[in-house]
Amino acid sequence: MTILFAVFLLSLLVIIAVAIIRAENLFVALMLTTIFSLLMATNFFILDAADVALTEAAIGAGITTVIFLGALALTSEHEKPFVAVPWLALPVVAVTAALLIFASFDNPRLGDPEAPIHQHVVPWYLEQTPKLVDIPNVVTAILGSFRAFDTLGEVFVIFAACIGVLFLLSARKPSETRCTAPASVGLSQHLIPKVAGRFILPFIILFGFYVQFHGDFGPGGGFQAGAIVATGLILFALLEGEERALRAFPRWIMMAMAAGGALLYALVGVAGIAMGGKFLDYSVLSSDPIAGQHLGILLIEAGVGITVCGSLLLIFHAFAARESF
Amino acid sequence: MNLNEHLAALQIVVPLLAVPLIALLQLRRMAWLVATLTSLMAFAIAVAMTVGVLNGQDYQYFMGNWQPPYGIELRVDALSALLLLVITAASSAALLASYHSLDTQIEPRRHALFYAAWILALAGLSGIAVTADAFNVFVFMEISSLASYVLMAGGPDRRGLPAVFKYLILGTIGATFYLIGVGLIYMMTGTLNLEDMAQRVTQVADQKPVLAAAGFITVGLALKAAMFPLHLWLPNAYTYAPHVVTAFLAACATKVSLYVLLRFDFLVFQDNLVSHPLRFASLLMPMAIFAILIASAVAMFEKNIKRLLAWSSVAQIGYITLGASLVTVSGLTASVLHIFNHALAKGSLFLAVACLAMRLPGLQLRDLAGCARSMPWTFAALVLGGLSLIGVPGTAGFISKWYLISALLTLGAAGVALVAVIVIGSLMAVVYIWRIVEQAYFQAPSNPAAPAAEAPLTLLVVTWVAVLANVYFGLQPALPLALSSSAAAALMGATP
Amino acid sequence: MELLGYYNYWVFAVVLCLGLYTVITRNNLIKKLLGLSIFQSAVFLLYITMDKVDGGTAPIIQKGVSDPIFSNPLPQVLILTAIVVGVSTTALGLAIVVRIKESYGSIEEDDILARDSEL
Repeated sequence: MTILFAVFLLSLLVIIAVAIIRAENLFVALMLTTIFSLLMATNFFILDAADVALTEAAIGAGITTVIFLGALALTSEHEKPFVAVPWLALPVVAVTAALLIFASFDNPRLGDPEAPIHQHVVPWYLEQTPKLVDIPNVVTAILGSFRAFDTLGEVFVIFAACIGVLFLLSARKPSETRCTAPASVGLSQHLIPKVAGRFILPFIILFGFYVQFHGDFGPGGGFQAGAIVATGLILFALLEGEERALRAFPRWIMMAMAAGGALLYALVGVAGIAMGGKFLDYSVLSSDPIAGQHLGILLIEAGVGITVCGSLLLIFHAFAARESF
Repeated sequence: MNLNEHLAALQIVVPLLAVPLIALLQLRRMAWLVATLTSLMAFAIAVAMTVGVLNGQDYQYFMGNWQPPYGIELRVDALSALLLLVITAASSAALLASYHSLDTQIEPRRHALFYAAWILALAGLSGIAVTADAFNVFVFMEISSLASYVLMAGGPDRRGLPAVFKYLILGTIGATFYLIGVGLIYMMTGTLNLEDMAQRVTQVADQKPVLAAAGFITVGLALKAAMFPLHLWLPNAYTYAPHVVTAFLAACATKVSLYVLLRFDFLVFQDNLVSHPLRFASLLMPMAIFAILIASAVAMFEKNIKRLLAWSSVAQIGYITLGASLVTVSGLTASVLHIFNHALAKGSLFLAVACLAMRLPGLQLRDLAGCARSMPWTFAALVLGGLSLIGVPGTAGFISKWYLISALLTLGAAGVALVAVIVIGSLMAVVYIWRIVEQAYFQAPSNPAAPAAEAPLTLLVVTWVAVLANVYFGLQPALPLALSSSAAAALMGATP
Repeated sequence: MELLGYYNYWVFAVVLCLGLYTVITRNNLIKKLLGLSIFQSAVFLLYITMDKVDGGTAPIIQKGVSDPIFSNPLPQVLILTAIVVGVSTTALGLAIVVRIKESYGSIEEDDILARDSEL
């Protein structure tokens, strides 16, 4: 039954991808992309990847859409009709597809328990996590401890995007396009979104904190929590307008969050060296190695959440405030 | 606490720690100072590790104290040490040069963010060179790519923006292809650690996914390394980037992708794919030959100095891949050596261009007429760097071409034909460098906006240090030679 | 039923190529970025497909359940990273598009090329 459902969802995914290509209005294409992401998240859930599903829903469908909307507002939503004949594209794409389908016949079948990836490395994670790290969510254990260096890199990836967007959008506009648009007042004149938004806002933030601190036990963690809290604060900015949002939550706080979280993560790693272990070795942080692991994961997850939240907010505001720049 | 043991980790951690600090500093001179000190410190770490490697030490580091393949392993051998030297030296020299050069190109209030992105690029590139984990490479590749898009988009010319956009699209496609390749090979082996992967690939019975993985990884990295014909993003991106950024990234960014390509092809695939050396050679060699001939020819007709040098970079990447495509120890030695020497030559040439741009922002060849009289030091540096690029004896460029030619000659008749390609490529380099020299030295000054003075002193000093390094390593090539021959032996050592 | 086990891989290949096709053929820069994010999402599907084990559940260890079967956690960790990389690239790409719109007045590739050659 599940497999039929999965086949149905996957086919829908292909159909929507085709629809995205064919849509000539970029707003429509963007909405279809959001649906695509949500479908993708559902697929991930069927394939037992709860953490990834949550992240894809929060970041892929949520934040990405908001950033695209911000950019669409600054550009235009109509695409010029498509004329070029894809002489180059067709062979490139056809070769890629052929190569992948050719390779797929030797791939392990979906769900095959004998597949190599279930035999090597991962059994060790499943076996040792209760003994060495002792948190129920193995995904968080790998993310936060066994492969914590990847996660550190990931935090700096989002920080790099934040620095980049701020740098690019702080350039002076060419003089002819400069305008002094009045600061946006958001949706504060519209009663229904205002009331409904204010009502769900606290719950979004609360849910964000739940996801942050429950990441050890269930799906969730810093990335998802940071994205969810950022979504809540972006909703606030949409409801109240840029100016009020920035007064309530000024830019320097966001920058301090984005930089501070990344710094916190790196410093936890350095603490490992200072206490006589390796970089990102949490076992030495406390006299009991397992308590040390718990402390380390708690701290770095906090660092991740703070940086993700701060960076995403800065990126959103950089786009939103550009109009009246 | 013994710091020596942690050097491999510190190589990345020091820059990463500096990034948030620089981003928070709103004072631009402070941001510059912290960035430069960080880069110099990274250079010192790289030098320390190079010395260690030359003394036979093998730097191995387990992140979080988890044994590979469960945790992430860092590993510094001769090849990574050479890369680290190039990356950190290029970054330090270009940062010192940026003190004057950047003011003319980017508004001062944006400097702090710019330098933060710079150090991120430094951290990302060194991370790729240090790590021994296939997925970790992807993470650092993305850090360095995102940061270099930002750096390259900083230039004042609006044509830089579409160029960077193109680079972003092609770079992301390249990185994603790499990710697909890693995914396929992970699916068949169950591991991400490169060494473990090399051992386990041998046991894979069905080779199709591994073959597809090799294809995706090679194409993806070739795209990032601007290997002909996948170089389309490079000329414009280099031309319109701020001058110091071009000096930094032209010296090391594409080479880091080549490094990953060499690692993967020689350590993981070589042993395990039937007739891999043949396929590798037959794919890479024609591409290398076309790169040398076509890109040099295009460079001969360019009107903008930076674009001319950018096209020459595409050709030089051809020399590097030509050496690797022989799949012999001597070929690889030449190839790795050329990574080092080309970085020296191109780095100093682009630094000299930065000097020139202080007085002549347009950088068009026709505006150069007679400028050598007012900027003698700048042009002398350009000429010396050019000689090294051509491969004149006494400069670093000569050493690697010499090794490349001797590696080719072992092949017999086919080798002689390939030597002819190198000679033609070098002659074309003579032509395009001569065009600069002719304009600057032998034409009467015709440009009313001709520069009246030399570039600022600090900028000239940095440029000349880089230029003299070309001469030094041309006369005393022992250090890069020791590193590259031991790197080549290690790469080929995997093949019995 | 045997072939259905490969359906995920085919969808991955098709969606990947649709994304790549969009990136290469479309003139509109925002459309290119949409294509790029489809292209990246397809790779997520490849990784998550491998992690499934028949009869498995999400890899969260619960006390008192004897002999549980877990799906593979490692690809999930990798894809968490890749998703963040995806949103970062998109954000940066959009910032460049906004700057292009401001300096060229268009986000169509051929218009931009035409405007540069006017100079």
